[in-house]
Amino acid sequence: MRILLMGNPNVGKSVIFSRLTGVHVISSNYPGTTVGYTQGTMKLGEGQAEIIDVPGTYTLEPTCEAERIALEMLPSGDVVVNVVDATNLERNLYLTLQLLESNVPVVVALNLWDDTKHRGIGIDLDKLRELLGVPVIPTVAVSGEGIKDLVSIIPRAVSPPQKARTSEERWAAVGQIVAQVQQISHRHHTWLEHMADASIRPLTGSIMALAILAGTFVAVRFISESLISYAIDPLFERLWAPVILRLSDLLGGSGLLHDLLIGNTTGGEIDFPGALGLLTTGLYVEFGMVLPYVFSFYLALGLLEDIGYLPRLAVLVDTVMHRLGLHGYAVIPTLLGFGCNVPGILATRILESKRERFIAATLISIAIPCASLQAMIFGLVGDRGVEYVLMVYGTLLAVWVVLGLILRYGVKGFTPELLIEIPPYRVPSRQAVLQKLWRRIRGFVVEATPIVLGGVLLINLFYSFGIFDAIADAAAPVVTTVLGLPKEAVVALIMGFLRKDVALGLMAPLDMTAGQLVVGSVVLAMSFPCIATFVILLREFGLRGVLKATAIMVAASLIAGGILNLILS
Amino acid sequence: MTEKPRTDGERLTAARMATGQSATVVEIKGGQGLVNRLDALGIRPGKRITKVSAAFMHGPVVVRVDRAEVAIGFGMARKIAVQPD
Repeated sequence: MRILLMGNPNVGKSVIFSRLTGVHVISSNYPGTTVGYTQGTMKLGEGQAEIIDVPGTYTLEPTCEAERIALEMLPSGDVVVNVVDATNLERNLYLTLQLLESNVPVVVALNLWDDTKHRGIGIDLDKLRELLGVPVIPTVAVSGEGIKDLVSIIPRAVSPPQKARTSEERWAAVGQIVAQVQQISHRHHTWLEHMADASIRPLTGSIMALAILAGTFVAVRFISESLISYAIDPLFERLWAPVILRLSDLLGGSGLLHDLLIGNTTGGEIDFPGALGLLTTGLYVEFGMVLPYVFSFYLALGLLEDIGYLPRLAVLVDTVMHRLGLHGYAVIPTLLGFGCNVPGILATRILESKRERFIAATLISIAIPCASLQAMIFGLVGDRGVEYVLMVYGTLLAVWVVLGLILRYGVKGFTPELLIEIPPYRVPSRQAVLQKLWRRIRGFVVEATPIVLGGVLLINLFYSFGIFDAIADAAAPVVTTVLGLPKEAVVALIMGFLRKDVALGLMAPLDMTAGQLVVGSVVLAMSFPCIATFVILLREFGLRGVLKATAIMVAASLIAGGILNLILS
Repeated sequence: MTEKPRTDGERLTAARMATGQSATVVEIKGGQGLVNRLDALGIRPGKRITKVSAAFMHGPVVVRVDRAEVAIGFGMARKIAVQPD
């Protein structure tokens, strides 16, 4: 049996989904689209049932791609569990009536039931059951209340005979139902609602947004660094290093295979970030440097999502983002890019038009420094003084804005206007947050691991066969004249195409002035993203898209670096 | 700077409502696509909306309709003709 979970966006559908299913949940993209959905299994009586969390939809007369897909999925279901926001019956029942009209067996989960009491809403359940002709179960997904009843009633889903209605007739029918079952008593604003209003007004909202974002960054950095220092580094050094050293002995301590798998082991110690072997640097980059940041970023993002903050942030920044040819929602992938560009670019899928996705992804890969690069900038440039770090960040911000302005006019297509519902603030469900975090991390590891390992292997081969030196000789004149950097910095910059943090490390011993370091950091940050980002760009935008982004990147980093060089030297 | 006087034929729109003001939607002056999208969010002729906030520089406006809040791009909000209470 196949159960479809359908309802308006922001009614707690995903929380109900996580209550009904276990951890064995798969997220997929609907074929040929960027719209994702999740699928799992649940116990139903003696047997198992497949359950699908269909993208949120307001109507079965589709107004966007997600709604079109929801409509397409409808015939594949044996039963529809229609999740309804009990605090907003009128708008939700419109979809309910459409579902009933499409002659599929339905049960209604009247979710957010506890909220009706706080909000002074009384609903006559028996009357609602009678008028709809299907089972109606009040639920509080966050606490799990009503979920058991919901599961036991699913087999009793029915499809009462309906006449087809026009949109107007349907709204009229909804109006009649609501008038008979709902009573509203007066009540005061709760503090959460006052907060909700304040967080969307331009002035108070901006102040809150800055505080929330700053708090998030501090928390993410703290969690990630703690994970690295107290959990992951000790694991690598105490448990993995002895294994590797043993293996190194077995392989005879040198040779091509040794260099590819383990890399440089001079001095009998292993420098995990720099050894360049698959089993050393390859694993360490993925699990020791990137994963901790991806973990804490996704945790913070999942919380902000489920609390209901992100739509407000999108509204606040929409004005600015539209000047750059983007939609307010582009703020989410951009924020993610600060952790790692890969999830940032993947998250551009939430944007509707291809143009927005290209602009957002290009801006992220050029002007948003990822966490490991930021760590290197702080370490290397920060040594010379905070003002130089600010110079690097200031330049990147300026590049983001200027490049966005240029792309807005240069990239064809249009950016749709913002039209979103803003859900009230809600206390997130721990289970739903953790399930989402697990799903995202698993997806990231599965996608990124082969790419990172392949990248490390490639760098290693380039190194072994002297290809880097050849490229460096060819590029040297441009680097020394336009950017004013020493010739040796070329190797570092070329390396940056593949591993930015390592590249910045290569600049450390070059005896450069603070100004040169600023130029070097900016060019490195802007010039092509690490190999993982490159592959993701390729997959998401095709070869043409990547070539276009690359051309923009080369031009932008040379211009920005050249101008900085003129100012600083 | 003085406010430009409104000519007789010109209706108030959701874009120009004052924060906190309530009004009834009279007409959506847009194509079927926009009418459908707003309809799905519960904004249709006859509904009473209250403006919650507006962003600077022609940014999105936020209105409350029934118990939901909806953010609407300025250009779209300009197409929602309303009759103030």
